[in-house]
Amino acid sequence: MISGATRAVVLLGAQRFDPTLAEAVAELGVEGKIAAITAGWQEREEEDDDLQEHLGGRTVNLRLHARAEEVFKNDPDLHAAHRERQAILRHRQDFYRIRLEHALDAQHVIANRAAPKDILHDEARASIQEIRDIDRSHLERCVRDHKAFEERWRPLERPAIVDQIGEIAELVKDCDAIAIAGGHVASLLNRLRLFDVAKLTAGKVVFAWCGGAMAVSERVVLFHHSPPQGPGAAEVLDEGLALVGDVVCLPQPEFRLRLDDRERIQVMARRFAPATCLALPARSRVTWLKRGPKNPSGVLALRDDGMHTRFEVSGAAGLGS
Amino acid sequence: MKRPMKPSSASMRAAPKSAIQQLIDSRPDAAKVDRFLEGRAIPIVEGPAVTFVWRGEANGVSLRHWIFGLESGSALARIPNTDLWYLTLDIPHGSRVEYKFEVHRSDRSEWIEDPRNPNRARDPFGANSVLQGEGYAVPDWVRPDPTSRSGLLEPFGFHSKAFGGMRSGHIYLPARFRKTRLYPLVVVHDGRDYLNFAVMKTVLDNLIERLEIPDMIVAFTDSPDRIREYPNDEQHARFLTEELLPDLTHRLPIIDRPQARCLMGASFGAVAAFSTAYRYPGVWGRLLLQSGSFAFTDIGKTNRRGPLFDKVVEFVNQVRANPVPVSERIFMSCGVYESLIYENRSLVPLLDATGMQVKFVESRDGHNWENWRDRLREGLSWLFPGPLMFIYE
Repeated sequence: MISGATRAVVLLGAQRFDPTLAEAVAELGVEGKIAAITAGWQEREEEDDDLQEHLGGRTVNLRLHARAEEVFKNDPDLHAAHRERQAILRHRQDFYRIRLEHALDAQHVIANRAAPKDILHDEARASIQEIRDIDRSHLERCVRDHKAFEERWRPLERPAIVDQIGEIAELVKDCDAIAIAGGHVASLLNRLRLFDVAKLTAGKVVFAWCGGAMAVSERVVLFHHSPPQGPGAAEVLDEGLALVGDVVCLPQPEFRLRLDDRERIQVMARRFAPATCLALPARSRVTWLKRGPKNPSGVLALRDDGMHTRFEVSGAAGLGS
Repeated sequence: MKRPMKPSSASMRAAPKSAIQQLIDSRPDAAKVDRFLEGRAIPIVEGPAVTFVWRGEANGVSLRHWIFGLESGSALARIPNTDLWYLTLDIPHGSRVEYKFEVHRSDRSEWIEDPRNPNRARDPFGANSVLQGEGYAVPDWVRPDPTSRSGLLEPFGFHSKAFGGMRSGHIYLPARFRKTRLYPLVVVHDGRDYLNFAVMKTVLDNLIERLEIPDMIVAFTDSPDRIREYPNDEQHARFLTEELLPDLTHRLPIIDRPQARCLMGASFGAVAAFSTAYRYPGVWGRLLLQSGSFAFTDIGKTNRRGPLFDKVVEFVNQVRANPVPVSERIFMSCGVYESLIYENRSLVPLLDATGMQVKFVESRDGHNWENWRDRLREGLSWLFPGPLMFIYE
């Protein structure tokens, strides 16, 4: 499903080396200007020549990262409060990670014990439920912290932000689509939320890849199966913009996921169900319309038996996996 | 008619002869030895069997290494009618061993590097030859990478009231350093040695470029008298915590939280890092302790390592008697070929039980700078995970 007024959401694999965005834009019949969000690139936000060229020079960069810097410069109280909120969120993430790692360790130990099948099955379910509860309570805490911040500081009513949102809305008004690039997903999400970009997607087609695809989904899940510090645990970062529901976006599976590790794939699939975990390799894409996903190409779905298959759409709107 | 029995499985086949055995069986002369050595990588690594060879006239040749638990000074045997000496040892997978040859002649003995092995490890005392056992490879992130942006190393001088004199070192600033950003701080003991022998600047540049650690500021400090100042010295701890830390935090954009402050060191440097954190609990939220000289006694005060360790033993005994949380995360590493492996293994469960998060990594290596270099990626990225988990482009 996609959120209320958005026309369509297209999720794509990485665009850096072998871009397919232009094909997707053509397929959706988007002919007008495209608002580009590259805030995930942070200070390099405006180095978007390749993107401009790829889309035939019709992008308008919304400069959300730079705008946020201007807001913070003009509203130091908000800046200080924002920093404090980010510090709180970092603490939350740290404590959540400690709980999560213990729960995942327990799941791994139990999964490798010998016991009668029905007991193992029941205990495996309990392990996953434990992990899901930790994820859920972390997300609830994050939402509570955001709410407390918004109620106290009312960012969307502060002149420094209102002015910027006005300018952004003017730019987006003339565009048929919004293209959201990846990069630093927390930073990107932060800017999308700060300028209430979800509201601006009404009537537009949204193209999102890598961190952008993660940010427009309901739940942002950080993941890497082989980080340098040892086995990595996927962790929920925060709520996303929820322009697309029922999926967890996993870009760059080529080097971030160990798709042959059945136990880990199984845990991921079960942990985030009923949402489908979608791996988005380079050149993959899928379009979400009101009635559901359409024309998936190269997208992989993680299955709860630890395998993965091509993501296919059954019927008009089903989420086949 | 019975068929003659043939070996039908791998287990029935004789193990293939080692290269050196084949040479011996061929009753070699000088020309055969020449051909044998030509183009051959030395030492000869054939699975776990490693053959060290040295060629020349001598009364005897011994292998000198620093593997604790394996006799050092083992004699190489001379192949009859040649000047080739050899010794074959079983070396476990993934091992890295530093060694020299001791060549005995009538008038003297001398320790030399292996002239046929190009792999060398430098340290403050010179250099050793390095055996790279099967399964060991020099990590790619320790080599200069032209695509990695280079950070800046700037010398700093500092008048210490605690010591009553000047202290100096180097500050590393990451490539894209900006005064408007805030950075974690790592303070390194034996900074010059970490830079020279563990190529730590290159390692930082590469790990930062690969997003495996965040941009960070690193203070490389040195002591003019580490043997006195590093084993649990009050002045040293005061210098680091009450002088250097506030000064750096004042001058540089450093995150002013324990989670963003790390002390690190190797050997006595690890003792200095840990004992400083112990004297100032809660200040240093991250510790990276490599091959710590954490000697202790279970009964009495006499330790087998001599008087240099007396202060260490006193400190570690105190920690063991009353383990308390002093930091949040501690990364410890030690080589299994070090005599200190027992002490390090013993400390881990004690620290872990205090509620500190402890990660302990062992390697098949010894008490040397390249072992410490090879563990930097895992240690730094565990203490300070980089933005890798956050960046999807």
